[in-house]
Amino acid sequence: MMNRRNALKSAIFATMAVPALIQKASAEEAFTPVAEKVDLSKFKRKKIELVKPPFVHEHDQVAKGAPSVVEFEMTIVEKEMEIDDEGTMLQAMTFDGSVPGPLMVVHECDYVELTLINPESNSMPHNIDFHAATGGLGGGALTLVNPGELTVLRFKATRPGTFVYHCAPGGPMIPWHVVSGMSGAIMILPRDGLKDPEGKSVKYDTVFYIGENDLYIPKDEDGEYKRYESPGDSYSDTVEVMNGLIPSHVVFNGKVGALTGDNALKSKVGETVLFIHSQANRDTRPHLIGGHGDLVWETGKFNNPPERDLETWFIRGGSAGAALYRFRQPGVYAYVNHNLIEAVNLGATAHVVVEGEWNNDLMEQVKAPIAFGQSYLGKKALP
Amino acid sequence: MKISYLFFVIGIIFIGVTTKVAFESNLDVLKLDSLEMVLVPGGSFMYRQSGEYLKDDFPIDAPLTKVKFEKFLEIMKYQVSVGDYEKCVSDGKCEPRKWQGKQDEKLPATGISFNNALSYAQWLTKNSDYVWRLPTDQEWSYVAGSKYVDDALKSDKVNLSISDRWLEKYQKYAEFNFSPVGKVSIRGFFGANENGIYDLSGNIWEWTSDCYNRTRLNASGIELNTTNNCGVRISAGSHRAYISSFIQDARGGGCSVGAPPSYLGFRLIKDGKRDVISRFLDLTRL
Repeated sequence: MMNRRNALKSAIFATMAVPALIQKASAEEAFTPVAEKVDLSKFKRKKIELVKPPFVHEHDQVAKGAPSVVEFEMTIVEKEMEIDDEGTMLQAMTFDGSVPGPLMVVHECDYVELTLINPESNSMPHNIDFHAATGGLGGGALTLVNPGELTVLRFKATRPGTFVYHCAPGGPMIPWHVVSGMSGAIMILPRDGLKDPEGKSVKYDTVFYIGENDLYIPKDEDGEYKRYESPGDSYSDTVEVMNGLIPSHVVFNGKVGALTGDNALKSKVGETVLFIHSQANRDTRPHLIGGHGDLVWETGKFNNPPERDLETWFIRGGSAGAALYRFRQPGVYAYVNHNLIEAVNLGATAHVVVEGEWNNDLMEQVKAPIAFGQSYLGKKALP
Repeated sequence: MKISYLFFVIGIIFIGVTTKVAFESNLDVLKLDSLEMVLVPGGSFMYRQSGEYLKDDFPIDAPLTKVKFEKFLEIMKYQVSVGDYEKCVSDGKCEPRKWQGKQDEKLPATGISFNNALSYAQWLTKNSDYVWRLPTDQEWSYVAGSKYVDDALKSDKVNLSISDRWLEKYQKYAEFNFSPVGKVSIRGFFGANENGIYDLSGNIWEWTSDCYNRTRLNASGIELNTTNNCGVRISAGSHRAYISSFIQDARGGGCSVGAPPSYLGFRLIKDGKRDVISRFLDLTRL
């Protein structure tokens, strides 16, 4: 069993195990580089309220005016969360209280300025590594905060695309914090918006942010999922399951069924949706049953032309991709990880309920299911 | 002549004694705890036919018909328990349940396929003076009373298109899914209905003996024909679920349709006394 102090200690040891650079700076404090100050006083500042996934805060698709400093604030919340509808509990660690963390949207050349808060009520040190950021372990080296501390990180959004962010507090703490829920994504839009392969502007009506998580919940000797007092208590059992590499649950938005039934996503025929899919730890392959990816940035990076008409796209573990689709037919669409075992049995399914007029040109039930006899077979038989 | 008569008489007595011994109900020995029964008097109710109905090739709500039960129905007060089902398993007559952790014996048995429930009914019948069987969907709906949910769409819209109907159904099933899923709960957790039957339409769906069927009507509503598929049976609960007879856990559900049952379990109906022939056939199978 691991109490809070041990958890703290092991996190600090773990920090010591990562590159010498950090060790030199300090084993216990965040690394604070000394360099020439950058004058950003001429830049406009704006503050963004983050929104819980699968939704995203309001934003312009084409940037208005010059680059600015975009301020965000996230509070790290350690809390127990139910990850299915059968009462299976995870000692979750979260950015801003949700799994995945909220999607942030800025434009290329903007500065992202994040205030990261680790409240006293938490038991562990945390930090944040932005795959979109350059240097300093993606910001991880500059942001390690203990319970009761906060830090402010600023980085320049130099590359347009969808990128993962995650907690990376060092050594074995890294995968554990990530599979406990600490990941999210940021979208850096080109200043002039998204383009098709011919360079023509494309717009979306809605963004659905799908964060996929592989979870590893230990079982007791009777085969029941175990419940723990604190994250630290769950650590050693969880690592054992993690090292087997077979998740007990693969979920969208933190929970089996988080995006189905009453919580299904909603759209209309003629509406264009941008699906952003992030997976901080493990490969996945989104597929929209009954639909396609009209334009897909499989690796999520907008300086590369999107691919057209994809059936399934590949999201590498530790990346986020984007797929644009205009709905043409009403009905229920299942958005799945097309490893169907993971989709159906382990939880990686979302539903999109699409309203509108049915188009018989695209599809028609020419004959409803009918009982057939010998007479029908006879007609079909070869002469 | 006299000697052969003697043998005949001895023979009759022998058969009589052995059958008497074998006919003796084993229920006292088995000490099952799900044998408490509820008597529901005969009567009538409005019943939504099960299965799918196509009118002029378009899906419509199944007809609502008045169904009358002349006689009383005798049904288990609680779902069959883990302990009872395990007794059938250790007797070698029931398939062990899969994916279930160790459970309290008093909990309702879940992880039960239609085939499993059928084996249990046969085993119980063999060990008793009565015939035990699964209820039909009609019987289940009748005894469920206020716990019976009419799963028809009853849409206000006329001429629903295929996708409209699909979307309405999805919405309806999302509402059906109000039932608390959670873990398998102690018997009685979901309370009794007005007939004194417990845990109906809770988080455990109950197998019925009905097969899935699809009925076609012409434009004027005259029945043309019906396809029956007994590989798929009806599991009754807060909505009807059509599930393959070998499935023990339906929680994964389908890709894009509605709400699957949380758990699969069952309760049985106690029918009339077994006749001598069925008992004798049991003997010959021993």
